[in-house]
Order: sequence, then structure tokens, then C-alpha cells
Amino acid sequence: MSVLDSKIPEGSLKDKWTNHKNKIDLVNPANKRNIDIIVVGTGLAGGSAAASLAEMGYNVKTFCYQDSPRRAHSIAAQGGINAAKNYQNDGDSVYRLFYDTVKGGDYRSREANVHRLAEVSGNIIDQCVAQGVPFGRDYGGLLDNRSFGGVLVSRTFYAKGQTGQQLLLGAYSALNRQIAKGKVTMYNRHEMVELVKVDGKARGIIARNLETGELERHSAHAVVIASGGYGNVFFLSTNAMGSNATAAWKIHKKGAYFANPCYTQIHPTCIPRSGDHQSKLTLMSESLRNDGRIWVPKNLEDVLAIREGRLKPTDLQEEQRDYYLERKYPAFGNLVPRDVASRAAKERCDSGFGVNETGEAVYLDFSTAIKRYGKQEAAIARMENPNEEDILNLGEAVIEAKYGNLFQMYEKIVAENPYKTPMMIYPAVHYTMGGVWVDYNLMTSIEGCYCIGEANFSDHGANRLGASALMQGLADGYFVLPYTIGDYLSNEIRTGKISTETPEFEEAEKDVSERIEKLMNIKGTKSVDYFHKLLGKAMWEYVGMSRNEEGLKKAMSEIKQIRTNFWNDVRIPGDKNSLNSELVKAGRVADFLELGELFAKDALYRNESCGGHFREESVEEDGLQKGEAKRNDTDYAYVAAWEYTGEPSDAVMHKEELEFNDIELKQRSYK
Amino acid sequence: MDLTLKVWRQKNREDKGGLETYKVTGISENSSFLEMLDVMNEHLIMEGTEPVAFDHDCREGICGSCSLYINGEAHGPDRKVTTCQLHMRMFEDGETIYVEPWRSASMPVVKDLIVDRSSFERIQQSGGFVSVNTSGNTQDANALPIPKMNADKAFDVAACIGCGACVATCKNSSAMLFVAAKVSQFAYLPQGQLERKQRVLNMVEQMDKEGFGNCTNTGACEVECPKSISIEYIAKMNREYLSASITSEN
Ligand code: SF4
Ligand code: FES
Repeated sequence: MSVLDSKIPEGSLKDKWTNHKNKIDLVNPANKRNIDIIVVGTGLAGGSAAASLAEMGYNVKTFCYQDSPRRAHSIAAQGGINAAKNYQNDGDSVYRLFYDTVKGGDYRSREANVHRLAEVSGNIIDQCVAQGVPFGRDYGGLLDNRSFGGVLVSRTFYAKGQTGQQLLLGAYSALNRQIAKGKVTMYNRHEMVELVKVDGKARGIIARNLETGELERHSAHAVVIASGGYGNVFFLSTNAMGSNATAAWKIHKKGAYFANPCYTQIHPTCIPRSGDHQSKLTLMSESLRNDGRIWVPKNLEDVLAIREGRLKPTDLQEEQRDYYLERKYPAFGNLVPRDVASRAAKERCDSGFGVNETGEAVYLDFSTAIKRYGKQEAAIARMENPNEEDILNLGEAVIEAKYGNLFQMYEKIVAENPYKTPMMIYPAVHYTMGGVWVDYNLMTSIEGCYCIGEANFSDHGANRLGASALMQGLADGYFVLPYTIGDYLSNEIRTGKISTETPEFEEAEKDVSERIEKLMNIKGTKSVDYFHKLLGKAMWEYVGMSRNEEGLKKAMSEIKQIRTNFWNDVRIPGDKNSLNSELVKAGRVADFLELGELFAKDALYRNESCGGHFREESVEEDGLQKGEAKRNDTDYAYVAAWEYTGEPSDAVMHKEELEFNDIELKQRSYK
Repeated sequence: MDLTLKVWRQKNREDKGGLETYKVTGISENSSFLEMLDVMNEHLIMEGTEPVAFDHDCREGICGSCSLYINGEAHGPDRKVTTCQLHMRMFEDGETIYVEPWRSASMPVVKDLIVDRSSFERIQQSGGFVSVNTSGNTQDANALPIPKMNADKAFDVAACIGCGACVATCKNSSAMLFVAAKVSQFAYLPQGQLERKQRVLNMVEQMDKEGFGNCTNTGACEVECPKSISIEYIAKMNREYLSASITSEN
């Protein structure tokens, strides 16, 4: 096992970034014109990085699998983006944002990275406003904030329930400006299928044109991977259908370590599965928990009656309901962190209290809030003796103003009116904190190959706080990578144009075309989705919300078996030289089938509960916290960075010990 | 539910294409339209036929990928939704459903139900941005208050997902609603003022170059727009364009 050099700069925590930035070698403008950079992915991280690098003068080639960079899945983020602006004068600061993020990540993230993230958070808001991002404002015309995810300050900026969309359109507009100038060449409907290394350095990629099936060689002095997370390894998740790990996995197989794959966030408020036809899950913003109360019936008879349609949830009196979060966690109630809320829902449903046909749903009820707001509004309007109906109408109007688009979305999907009857929710895979290992400069363990945004592992530790994903994506893309990449590129000014007519490119292309040939020639009996669903089922069952040794070992062997079957029996119709969605999917699922096994292996080796990773063997034995997750800082305060050696099960672990100099490690308590 | 589907099949850009008939059975009315197509495709794959290609990604109405013309309506019979948010309960058991791609000379079919919307990209590239670099020294976000009403209006138009339903549904294949949305967003914000005139001139010029038709105020686009963008913004863009043409220096 080697020691990983995270290249964290010397000095006190708060000066590290500034000092480092001041010392980074600069590339002079004339030289930048001779340097090419490839960016894979156009979400918040990739889009903002590509635009910023081009503004600085580099030649950028950008790739996305969608028909437009604007469609990357950052677009679907609802809630908001954090920044330590302290506009609400509630005592927020860079230190507090840093502290909350490290604590929220259950002390498994890298202090120096998180502090830098908090430092640049304010710049992001300035930048986005300057681009014309229409954030929510108050009546004085100033930016509005909401509090999010159980933190004690209001630091979340938002654009209704479409913050990700608006931020991405901001980055997209900056990107468009550079495309128009000819500084960025955009390759839509292209997928990176291989990394090309020359003398140990990342020098280009093989991309497949998804419309024509053509393989293309693209060279560059540095390659940036910004391809997002790998939640779709579970088949069902809130990720987009096309979200995939292929770019990240390809670089892993070429030498980039993959860190903490088992850290996954399972979001508590998603619309439950309605049946086997389901292709993806839809998230409902966490902000709903500010006003919604979560419950299941107290008695199993009532559960059955509800499932069979003999009883409506609204028929149940207060004392017949179990507001289990309020019962178990009186201090935080419905606002406990995501992982705690998710596990509690699973526990109730596993015990038979799930309220829909599949037995996997709990209620999120707004009736109390509607009444409370209704009374308030009636008082404000100086109504005397308002009747029940008036109060409900007034209350519903308040709820509509706050969550109208979410309620409408729910109604379209479920065909029930959530103003009149409680919503049903269930946890779903949402975000992956693990990812490609990077050093402080965001460089992977391959020289010249960088990884940013959700695709890397660095900032969220074992659990991500609400409204922090957008912040990290844009921090990496606008304010971190464009500086740190100079450190490497300043040594590249004499390299000159990189030819694609070399044995390395030749070989990489040959590998890809053989892989595609192999897939097409299997001509088996099962569709790609068939295998993907099997993989998802194994992941959800054994590597989902709660994990144990036996299950994880089983997952590893099952996934291996599914992989073998896939390579023997998958059927891909059509041909490889045209737009072939099944072939594209097959390539992605093939990678997920490897990643899934490493995921389970990582979860097996981490015999502690931390953040989104819950090991049944590691729980508090007694006292107030009995049964809650137990972290083990003595043995597990490290990053597990896995090196590929041929089979996922043979991956070799490298440890990066985590040091906490500015924060005292504490066990979380929400009781 | 059992359904008969008449689906547009076209091998590639050059192919003429035509409708094929497929039957699907046992569809849950809780499934989405695209999930119904998934079921159909699964059957096709098992039969050894190439599945029908269609664009989709987020499946929650925000990425703007999905783009089907269903029974003669862009995004199908429901209102204020994208194709991926359309559910089968909107259809009758036994119904015959026509599924076609967007039709517009400026958005040619690539394969089956997939069209090429790069004309939208080029329009955005011609001016859909504020020329500000990433510097880390931009002025403080709160230095410039923006009346809430303007910020809200800018948001309403910025909600456009670039799906192209407005073009598909318009008998003139006009892209005015899409372009008006972007032009108006910046016109409402102080950050957009400096380039306001040039922006509208450039974007309209590019739109014309792409071959999109003129707007004759039929209002069809606003009916089909999944994000409820109102045609009053087309009027706003026309005013913007007029004043920019009169006062611009060249
Ligand atoms: S204006 Fe409406 S219909 Fe047209 S592209 Fe935008 S969202 Fe789609
Ligand atoms: S698939 Fe994204 S809007 Fe329909």
C-alpha cells in the first residue's frame, strides 16, 4: 500500500488556498493558445470549467452525450445553492459553512478542500448574478435565502424549485459565448469511451459519435472528467436515464484511483415506485420537510385497510398515527438529516407499515401546516371567526406559493391531490459522494487527468448537505480547476500539438472497437435493461440503505455472476455504425457491472457506520443513541482509494489518512 | 391497457421513413408514456427488431430532451407537461395512438423520433448570454437590487427548457416563443442592458438564417409550451427588435 499524496498546501487552514493560488505557475497568454484541454461532461462542473478555461485563452474541446450541453442532469436540481454570504445577518461565515459541511459529511472529507469550497462560495453567487441568473428576491429587490437541510442559518440561494436549471443555463450561456468565439468546440451526442495515455500522461480520448457510430481520436494536453455521479448503478435512481459512470470508470481502469465508492446518498423524499414498469424515480425537494409531517398508521390493521382501499389516510385520527421521526428524534423531528430520515422510513416499511401497494411508502402530510398558515393569514387579514373552509383555502394558498410546482408535479405523476390527501414518499438513490480520487489540485492519480464535480470524491465526505452539490460543481468549474490546472500546464508549453497518429491512439481505438464488436456479437437472449435491473436489485437489497457483511459478500458474488451472464447473453439489435441506443446503454451497463462490485467491496471493508453508509454491525449498543449509527474514528478516518488491477474484486486499497486540525470530531446526535 | 401504436420509423437522415404499427398489451395506467414505449421496445428487442429511438433523459420535465408529437399534439394531450410527464391514464384502453417526431425543416429527423435541434444551439450562441468573464472579482451579488417583479418575470421566461414544442406545433415552424423567452429574460435584468440591442438583432438574424418561419399570432405555441411561456413575450421581443433596429448604429 502506498501513501497517497494529497498535495495539501502548507500553512493555516484559512490561508492555504490564497497562498497556493499565489504560488501556482502561470501560463502566459501566448502559450495558452497552444494548449488544448478536453472537458467531458457539460453539467455545472464541466460547463463552467469549459467556459472559464476558454475565457483564459486555452483551446477547449467539450463533449456531452445529450443533443445539447444544456440538458446535463445538473438541470434537475431543485432546492438551491449554499453560499456563506451572510446576507441574512444570522451569523453565517466561511468557517460555519466549512464546519457544517465537514460535520454533515460525518468527518470523512478533506478539511482543506472543504474550506476552499466555503471560501469561493460567495464568488459563485456574484458570478451567477452577473450572468443574469434570476435568483429569488425579496420585495426590496435583494437576494432571498432559505434555510435548508437542518442547518441553523439561511444561506441557500434559490430560483423557485429550479435552481439547478437556472445555474446550468448560466454556465451554458457562458459556454455559448465561447463557442461563438471559436474558443470552445462543442461535440454534442458524443460519448467518451476511452482515455489515451502517452508516457503516463493523459493525452486524449477516444470518443464515439452517437449518431454515426464513428470512433474519433481527440488529443489534448490535459483531460478533465466532469461526467457526474454513478447513482444509476442502482438502476432506479433520481439520476437521468443517460447518467453514467463510463468516463470515470474508463480512467479508473487506466490508473485513476476510485475513492469511497460506497458513499451514496439516499434521499428520503422521492415519489414511490408504482410498479415494475418504473424507469426512474422522481425527487421531491427536501424543503417539503420544513412544512410536512411524516407518518405511518400506528396499527397494522389500518395499514392493510389503506392498502386495500377500505380506509383513507385522512380518516385516521391523530392518535392513530405514528409520527415516527418526531417520536424518535424529538430535537430535530421531521428535519433530521437525509440518511437518518431514509433509514427510519425503511425501518417502518420493513416492519410492515408501508402505505401503498408495494409496501414501500410513508406519508408526508401538510394538513397541520395548512391549518397553521391558514389561521395566520386569517389573522393578518383581520377576519373575524373565519370558518374552517376559509382557513383551509388561505393555508393552501400559502403552501401553493411555496411548493406549487412540486405539488403539481406530484399530482401529475400520482394522480392524487396532495393538498387534500397526504403525499406518499419513499427514499431513493440520489447522489454519490464517492468518486474518482483527486488531490488538492483536483488531479487524479493519472498525470494530466483531472476530475471535477460529482464525479470526484473530495468535498462531501460520507454524506452531502442539501444545496451543496451545485456549490461544489460550480466551485470546481469556475474557481478551482481553472487555477490549479495551470500548475500542470505551465510545464506543457513546450510540448506542442499532440498527434493522434501514434501507437497509443491506435491501440486505444482498437481496444474500443474490439469491445464494441464483442458486445454486438454476443447476440444473446436478454435485453440490456434486463441485466441492469438485476444489478439494481442486488445493489438495493444488499448495498442499499443498510448493509452487513453477509449481504455485501453475497452482492459481490451475485454481481460478478450477472456480469458473466451479461457478457454471454445480452442482445443488442441494430448495427454499430448508426444511432444505436441499445449499444450505448450496453457499454454503460457493462461498466456499472464492474463498478457495482467495487462498490460492495468498499462497503465491506468499511466496517463502521458513517454518513450515508450504514453497517448493521456498527451501531450504538445502549443509552439514548441505542441502535443509531456508530462511527469509528480510530480505525476508519481515512479515504479508501482503490486501484484497478484487473478484476473489481482484486482492487487494491490505498489509504489517505484524514487529519482534522481545525475541527473536533463529534458523534452526531439528533435525539 | 391494450393499445395500438402507429410509430414513425426512419433509419437515418436520408431515409424517407414511414409509420409502422405495433401492439402493446397490459400497460398500467400509472405508467408514463415513455415507460409504455420502454415496454414496446423491450418486445421489439426480444423479437430481434431494432427498438424505436427517441430522445429522453431526465424524465422529470426539465431537461427538454423528450420531444414526441402524439396524436397530432406536441407533448401529447395533457397540458403544461413534457412527453416524459405524460401518463397513460390520459388515454383510453384500446386506443390507437400516433407517435411522430417534431416536424420542421429547421429540425430535421435524425432517426425514428429523434430530431436535430442544433438550430436552437446556434441561436443561443448568437447572443443568448451576458458577456461577463469568470474572475472572482465580479461585484457583490447584492450591489444591484432588482425589483422583485422584474426578477420574477425574468425567471418565468428563463424556465424555457428548449424542447422545441413551440416550433413543432406552429404551422409556420416559427421559433419566436423560444427566442422571445431568452431575449426577454435579459431585457428584464440590469445585467442584460449593455448588450440588449445587439442581442435581439443577432438572435433574430440567426433565427431567420436557420429558416424558422414567421409568427402570425396563432397562439398555438403557448398552448403546447410545457413551461407556460406566454405569447405576450413575443410582442415584447417585437418591441425590443423594433427599437433596436431604429436606434442601432449600423
Ligand atoms: S418556449 Fe416552451 S415550447 Fe418552446 S422551447 Fe421553450 S419550453 Fe419548449
Ligand atoms: S426527458 Fe427531460 S424533459 Fe422529458
